[in-house]
Amino acid sequence: MQFGFLLEQVVNGLVLGGYYLLIALGLSLIFSVGGIVNLAHGAFYALGAYASVEFTRYLGFGPAVVLSPIAVALLGILFERFILRRFYTADPILSLLVTFGLAMVTEQAIRIIWGAAPLSAAIPPAFRGSVFVGDFLFSRYRLLILAVVAAVLVFVWLLLHKTSFGRVVRAGIQRPDMVAALGIRLQPYMIAIVMLGVGMAALGGAFFAPITIVHPAMGAEIITVAFVVVVIGGLGSFWGVVLAALLVGVVRGITIHFLPAAGEASIYILMFLVLMVRPRGLLGERIEKFE
Amino acid sequence: MTRYNRRTLLKAGATFAGASALGFPAIVRAQADKIKIGHLTPLTGFLGALGTYAQLGIRLVAEEINASGGVIGRQLDILSEDSVNPSTAATKAQRMLDQDGVDFLMGEINSASALTIMQVAERNKRLFVQIGARSDALRGKNCNKYTFHVDIPNTVMVNAVGKALVREKMVKDKKFFTLTADYIFGHDLLNAAKRFFAANGGNLIGDELVATDVTDFSPYLLKIRQAQPDVVCSNLAGNQVTTLIKQYAEFGLPYPIVGFNLNTADAWAAGDGNLSGTWPTVWYHTLDVPASKTFVANFIKKNGKPPENHAWIEYISLKIMAQAINETQSTDTDKLIAYLEKETEFDILKARKAYFRNWDHQLMQEAYPFTVKPKGKAKDQWDFIALGAAVPGANEPLESLAPTREQNPCSL
Repeated sequence: MQFGFLLEQVVNGLVLGGYYLLIALGLSLIFSVGGIVNLAHGAFYALGAYASVEFTRYLGFGPAVVLSPIAVALLGILFERFILRRFYTADPILSLLVTFGLAMVTEQAIRIIWGAAPLSAAIPPAFRGSVFVGDFLFSRYRLLILAVVAAVLVFVWLLLHKTSFGRVVRAGIQRPDMVAALGIRLQPYMIAIVMLGVGMAALGGAFFAPITIVHPAMGAEIITVAFVVVVIGGLGSFWGVVLAALLVGVVRGITIHFLPAAGEASIYILMFLVLMVRPRGLLGERIEKFE
Repeated sequence: MTRYNRRTLLKAGATFAGASALGFPAIVRAQADKIKIGHLTPLTGFLGALGTYAQLGIRLVAEEINASGGVIGRQLDILSEDSVNPSTAATKAQRMLDQDGVDFLMGEINSASALTIMQVAERNKRLFVQIGARSDALRGKNCNKYTFHVDIPNTVMVNAVGKALVREKMVKDKKFFTLTADYIFGHDLLNAAKRFFAANGGNLIGDELVATDVTDFSPYLLKIRQAQPDVVCSNLAGNQVTTLIKQYAEFGLPYPIVGFNLNTADAWAAGDGNLSGTWPTVWYHTLDVPASKTFVANFIKKNGKPPENHAWIEYISLKIMAQAINETQSTDTDKLIAYLEKETEFDILKARKAYFRNWDHQLMQEAYPFTVKPKGKAKDQWDFIALGAAVPGANEPLESLAPTREQNPCSL
């Protein structure tokens, strides 16, 4: 029986990992291609949640989770065009500062527009409750999230590995100078990457609004875990991020099962151990421009 | 010396001209003899939403008092800041006393921050009206002569809900599983809950301490399911209660959930149909008392939304202090303490008046258990709580739910 319980925690951790993945994948892509550590990534997650709450009010849940990421992705164009673009070749500390500032500005803007009190959001009635698979208990809603994450994952993988767009992006991660020498401008690709990245974060926010609290600081709460996932997974590796997100979810679940007080610390300990053994992360590639 | 004076004069003149131009002449005119009050409350973090309401409440009452001529002919000046965390709270409290020259301190919601400000108050021998933190230890083993506590302590919240649970036969021989916030407040609430279970034949089969930054409860919910309790009980604080309620509804576990702490702002955020069970509250805006209704109407007029219980408690706390200053004609710490210790009765917009118990400085007042209105019965998004009868009952002494002298190790 004990083993069954543990397995249940593992599976639940995988589901949670899927959610971390939505945030971390975009963060990793933006860093890998643009060399920018986007500390404002959590802010887009928060905006996604707030936008979906607003859209839900008028259009219902279904349209809201589609429109909110699109709206935030459009915001991503402005973000890339007017802010990020100036920092691709600058000292990394500058982009750190500017995105950190943007995160704070966004948080306060949310506070001004929507107030400090959390907004209320509820799961659509069709997805309430849990389902049993054998003896395992699953939240129906989290299974929906898992399906969405899987679909997004397949989409992003195909985009990166089966299209000419993906080939340029992957080449841009490894050899931006070579790409430039071939007469390809990376900038338009970067707009797409940023839109994709912040859109995925917003999708996470939209889907998590009904089961977490929609409040101004929600972006700051998620960004740390997302970074841990990126660092554990290793830069430039699609599967590294996937693996790391699932690992973080599972390790947290198992730790809470045996030693609840260490639950939140466990993911940092995991990061520490991984970095001790593999400084580039689990599946991190050697990327010349970052060495 | 002359130079210095001339500069000061110039600066003062410029300030005066500038302030007048900006349209704040009243502030400058009354500067010298204002009563300054240092107000600290969390505006960010897991209690930030509550603190924001607290600030709205104290601003409303200060404006009302100032509009009617102030207290003992002096205007009130509230210096309100985010207390952030326990160490910053203490630093800011000390700075307010030293540099801003405040007459006394008020505020707090976070029990850990309240504790550090209490120490500052004691060191400086100045009054601290601890408004919104609920840990028993603050008015128990950590109590001090300079601090008065307004909000109901944990033991009262447990007893308020407990009475309702006992009536519904949900305690005796029932298995409880608790989730507890991992800081002074939660530990304290768990102790109060344990005493209650022991006294009423309840059986605590499991407890998990939850860090205050946890936003995903799914692993805990799975543990609860494994333990198969009869009742799940929340000892969490702030917006964590909201998250728990939402995720509990998400998983749809069959065990009833109750809680010993919930603030209405957090209940409002829970989302339609997610909240269930029995919970305690110190006040709610639908309370059927004329003075309370007037306050609610004024608050809505100014802020466009109903007041939360932290807005109410800040409102009545400053009212109490205004009355104390009026009666003693002074802002002197010792005189104010002596006045409050006389167990004077204060109107706190409830059916019964309240008073500070003199040996632990805790305000004795009514509390209410509440349940959730059935679907479709709520008038608006704020109105989904069905308030139970006030406890203690009208014929019982106000002290009957509070810790007794035997239970409370406080000595001032």
